Amino acid sequence: MIWTKKDLLGLEYLTKEEIEFVLDTASSFKEVTTREIKKVPALRGKTVVNLFYEPSTRTRVSFEVAAKRLSADVINISVESSSVKKGETLIDTGRNIEALKADIIVIRHSSSGAANMLARHLNISVVNAGDGWHEHPTQALLDIFTLREKLGKIAGLNISIVGDIAHSRVARSNIWGLIKLGARVSICAPQILIPPEIEKMGVRVTNNIDECLKNADAVNVLRMQFERDETNAFPRQLEYFKNFGLTKERLAKLKKDIVVMHPGPINRGIEMSSEVADGSNSVILEQVTNGIAVRMSVLFLVAQVKGIK
Amino acid sequence: MSLLIKNGLVIDPANKIKDILDILIEKNKISKVDKNIKSKAQTIIDARNKIVMPGTIDMHVHLREPGREDKETIFTGTKAALKGGVTSVLAMPNTEPAMDCVNNVKLLKNIIRKDAQCNVLMSAAITKGRLGKELTDFTKLKKEGVLAISDDGASVDDAKIMLEAFYRAKKENLLVLCHCEDKSLSNKGVVNLGFTSTRLGLKGISRESEYKRVGRDIELAAKAKCTVHITHVSVKESVDLIRMAKKKNIKISADTCAHYFSLTEEAVLNYDTNTKINPPLRSAEDVQAIKEGLRDGTIDAIASDHAPHTQNEKDIEFDRAEFGKIGLESGLSISIMELIDKKILDWETLVEKISLNPAKILGIKKGTLGVGQDADIIIVDRDKEFILKKENIVSKSKNSPFIDKKLKGLVECTIFNGEIAYKI
Repeated sequence: MIWTKKDLLGLEYLTKEEIEFVLDTASSFKEVTTREIKKVPALRGKTVVNLFYEPSTRTRVSFEVAAKRLSADVINISVESSSVKKGETLIDTGRNIEALKADIIVIRHSSSGAANMLARHLNISVVNAGDGWHEHPTQALLDIFTLREKLGKIAGLNISIVGDIAHSRVARSNIWGLIKLGARVSICAPQILIPPEIEKMGVRVTNNIDECLKNADAVNVLRMQFERDETNAFPRQLEYFKNFGLTKERLAKLKKDIVVMHPGPINRGIEMSSEVADGSNSVILEQVTNGIAVRMSVLFLVAQVKGIK
Repeated sequence: MSLLIKNGLVIDPANKIKDILDILIEKNKISKVDKNIKSKAQTIIDARNKIVMPGTIDMHVHLREPGREDKETIFTGTKAALKGGVTSVLAMPNTEPAMDCVNNVKLLKNIIRKDAQCNVLMSAAITKGRLGKELTDFTKLKKEGVLAISDDGASVDDAKIMLEAFYRAKKENLLVLCHCEDKSLSNKGVVNLGFTSTRLGLKGISRESEYKRVGRDIELAAKAKCTVHITHVSVKESVDLIRMAKKKNIKISADTCAHYFSLTEEAVLNYDTNTKINPPLRSAEDVQAIKEGLRDGTIDAIASDHAPHTQNEKDIEFDRAEFGKIGLESGLSISIMELIDKKILDWETLVEKISLNPAKILGIKKGTLGVGQDADIIIVDRDKEFILKKENIVSKSKNSPFIDKKLKGLVECTIFNGEIAYKI
């Protein structure tokens, strides 16, 4: 297939074939990361700018490593050191980066739709590294990549997503992607963390974790973000762990080879016990490794497409 | 100055007229409406194959002056109105400062006298600073020429204060125009609460935030036996409540805006900030209910909620952008496309909704083409298609979700106060 998208904004906007193409391309890049010299010249002479308006270590570093393994030049801009504080708008910042002849902007922003807006105003590629509660497409792609590696296929699998769905861009991207690839997706959270009408995305919704995990081939556990609790209506931490936490006891009742995932960083003892996080079902660190290959694939693909504005 | 409009299809529901007629205008008034008027008028306009109707009356317009002249001024806003066939506007009081005292209204009146290109009617705030705490002086404001009161952009949360407002408004014979929103329920939302807010990862504005406040305001107004007007109705339940109130003979009127019967929340899916409006664009079911409300007479009027904002306030992240869109120059076209072409309303009823009914609600002698009336008349080419181009927008702000869209129904000429005030 020929890749035609200048930007990667979300999995809602990709077809099944496009998602599979990114994953297949990632497989070939994964081989690179096992070599003695982990570098290919695919993006030599290209410049990737990581524009991060939210604190992030793992995603930014992952993109940086991915870009460097493709031989691109990488510039990191974080909100503290930029002119953003002087009141420059996002579009102006983007246009300035474009004027510096960068080729790809990787953006992380707290406002949903920030990447979409930037992409509309720029000719260069925009890769969404997480926008508000909207999407985090590369995280979902690496989750799906890991699942495919572990379980061979996605179609027909039962996948559970547990945790703060309402405020989770990871959940939304995973749901779009998994449903498109033919998985059955169940989500579970306290009702206050279930966003309205999410069943229209094609998922089954429950507030009961045991019901959600029954027959699951894999579970993706999301980080609880208690700092978002404006209403004081979230369950307290221990209550959450008791009712929604993934424990050894819960795991014992599930499929023996169930794949346990977490996008990180983990709150140990809140959404997941340490035994589970470090146990034999956990693929959490493999997810991190696969993130490099997936992001190499994304950067490589979008860099081939020129915008026309 | 005399003016003769010949051979147009004259639509004047007040006089039950829909016929090919001539209209003669002398000394700013309509002096004759008849077939084949023979007159030596100074100007003759051939309106063959065109619709001739009273200039429209827009009950909900933000002209932004005084205070936010970077968004719009009385001059630019009324120029835009004339282009859209609007000859009277009710200016909303959420200026800076708000129209909450006689001095501010005097200031506004002076600007209107100096700059207005069409008829500008004044409204004032219900509470000081529109903060919902302390009532303004309705008696003095009325004396200064204010026709209506509203805290538009906000609703008075305290029911006791709102009830007192209805009692006083009744005494002063002031129209109370209610922006119905319970902010504790809309909860900093930016789009309709539901699948759209979930999909976009944005905070949602619930339907309850509107209709619960509609219900409360109807109840309070009924208690005070005061007339109430519900503005920019957007959800089905509000339409139902207003329909029920009318059946109970409560003195109530309502308006909606062209965007609530032409766009659904799906228009927001690309994060176009020009679709960020309060109340938000709602579901397809709501659009149907609004159309039904217009058809069965529950909704009396169509207003624009013309809300100009600068590019700087719109070309930013969706959650940070201002609420609102401009509408003076596109409203009539959208109404023709959505209501006439889709057979929701006939022409006579549409003219009622955009001219005669607002005049009645506001208690002004306009909205008709009877002999002796003010000559506010528009000539419309109902079949003319055009693309709304940003560079052709007259309003100082360009925040329209209809830019680059094909519209149908073009105002060819606007006659205000007996003079040609706009012509393409």
